[in-house]
Amino acid sequence: MKLHEYQSRELLERFGVPVPGGDVADNGQEAKSIAERFGGAVVVKAQVLMGGRGKAGGVKLVSSAEEAGVFTQELIGKTLKSIQNPQGMVVERVLVAERIDIESEFYVAVLLDRSEQKDVFMISARGGMDIEEVAAESPEAIAKLHVDPKWGLCDYEIRAALVQANIDSRARGQMLQIIHKLYRAYRESDATMIEINPCALTTDGKVVAADAKIALDENALFRHSEYAAVADDSAEDPLEAEAARRGIAYVKLDGDVGVIGNGAGLVMLTLDEVARAGRKAANFLDVGGGAQADRVRDCVELVLMDKSVKALLINIFGGITRGDEVAKGVVEAIHQLGVKLPIVVRVEGTNAEQAKAILAEANLIPAGSVQEAASKVAELIA
Amino acid sequence: MGVLIDKHTRLLVQGITGREGSFHTRQMIEYGTNVVGGVTPGKGGTSFDNVPVFDTVSEAAHQTNANASVIFVPPPFAADAILEAEAVGLPFIVAITEGIPQHDMLRVVNRIRDNGKSRLLGPNCPGMITVGECKIGIMPGHIFASGPVGLVSRSGTLTYEIVNELTKAGLGQTSCVGIGGDPLLGTRFIDVLPLFESDPHTEAVVMIGEIGGNDEEIAADYIQSMTKPVVAFISGRTAPPGKRMGHAGAIISGGVGGPDSKVRALSNAGAMVADTTSEIPELVRRLLGTKSIL
Repeated sequence: MKLHEYQSRELLERFGVPVPGGDVADNGQEAKSIAERFGGAVVVKAQVLMGGRGKAGGVKLVSSAEEAGVFTQELIGKTLKSIQNPQGMVVERVLVAERIDIESEFYVAVLLDRSEQKDVFMISARGGMDIEEVAAESPEAIAKLHVDPKWGLCDYEIRAALVQANIDSRARGQMLQIIHKLYRAYRESDATMIEINPCALTTDGKVVAADAKIALDENALFRHSEYAAVADDSAEDPLEAEAARRGIAYVKLDGDVGVIGNGAGLVMLTLDEVARAGRKAANFLDVGGGAQADRVRDCVELVLMDKSVKALLINIFGGITRGDEVAKGVVEAIHQLGVKLPIVVRVEGTNAEQAKAILAEANLIPAGSVQEAASKVAELIA
Repeated sequence: MGVLIDKHTRLLVQGITGREGSFHTRQMIEYGTNVVGGVTPGKGGTSFDNVPVFDTVSEAAHQTNANASVIFVPPPFAADAILEAEAVGLPFIVAITEGIPQHDMLRVVNRIRDNGKSRLLGPNCPGMITVGECKIGIMPGHIFASGPVGLVSRSGTLTYEIVNELTKAGLGQTSCVGIGGDPLLGTRFIDVLPLFESDPHTEAVVMIGEIGGNDEEIAADYIQSMTKPVVAFISGRTAPPGKRMGHAGAIISGGVGGPDSKVRALSNAGAMVADTTSEIPELVRRLLGTKSIL
């Protein structure tokens, strides 16, 4: 679950990590008064969870509070589109932040190293750049500091990593404190990633987190009532937001075949098969175990909210649940919704033959395998 | 025959009185698994379908002489349940629960590794089966048949899909191990492959990977040295970077976890990588054939 920049700032501040002054606004008047508090010359940043926000026109350096107000008013309600997010996101809020005079920029992040099964800090003097590029071009420019899960971080380890990363010696003392605070914030807020890029050394010698990306573990929300509001606001797509409300595992993709299946692996296979048949899936959707009628109905309804969907492919492996029961559930759900689009259904497992008969009787297009289902759906659209 | 569990496995079910726990306990008993006890705090002294229920794992283990445990405990309490089983020293712990917080699992996997007493399978996994002898977890027992193929997978239903095809093609299995879809796992491909390599009944291995992390690449290093043939499959080949595809661990991030590097590493290591699941039985059959000629 990704946080907006303004939420990340608030979280970091709570743990004592220095951030530039600023506040969040949802209208021009509010933005103007925040800008006044910080001397007028501020930066206004659209709060949308998408890459390429700057290029999409969502960030502006302004020289007066009036200009901050006008730009904010223009931005609120506008849909920003970028290469990373061609569908676009509507701007609901902006962050109005104090401008800082930067002398040099660093990078610091903490996240899980899956293969080492330990948390790791990545520290680099090449701040303000895409870290993946830095990692590809000059991996030696990134110092990695694994955290001992039992003992935590020791100062000497951090100092060594800062030296190895070639961090400006004037910033090292402050960086050491920031890294301790980041680790506390990471642990105590159940984050899966905190990335500060850039972490800036200002001309007056202060180190501040100039921009931050934080992801929280949605599996840990039960012990963080303080993040309930964040969860409501974290979707990167309106359909994904609707799916979250319905408690459905759904990911929006950019094709035109709606896909429903049970189990993440089987759904991924289904997407791959749709691609092999020459089409693209419109979504990932895992209906979960059992595939009862009301659950299937909820899922079909959600997939059809996506107007780019031209046909539906339902792929269920009835493991312990019997195939004919699954088929009945699917037929009932589709009947209730009165779906007009072509629907190819593949049900495998116990009583798969009875399942096929039930589907055919209901004018659904049965398929014997995922591969067959994918090619049938491709033919129907073509 | 098979790996990790067999007819001598004596199983405890943690969370035996819950909805999932009770349903799957019956299924496991029906398959032939020797379920010797259950644990639900507060329900000690009762029984479930003639299986005695205890308040703590320690009591249950001592009174039943159990040597394995399966965990059907809800996510907020699951990490603690795993640690409770580990503290007693049960050699094999299977965590079915999906949705355990990452920071909890980090503590769990590191403690288990440091202490070296137990092996954890999962979490967020379907469990495993040694065909005809013992089933721990939620796999549908009837799709399996006895035979020479060992299978290890990060996925649940995709595994059933492939097992079903293998069985229909007359290719039975020794054991099927579902290692789970989380980013932090107790047992990884690299831990299971050597077990199949040294199991006298396993003649070929099917490995089902998916996008996310680099466990497949690490496994490929080992496959290079294996004497038994390996057929591999990677799902999520068309998944976009940065999107979590259902499984918490199925995400391409920071340039790591893409399908191409996995397919390349496995092919270079000598594994036969299937492009689609329907090719798997034929590839297995071919490799078994060549092996017997050699």
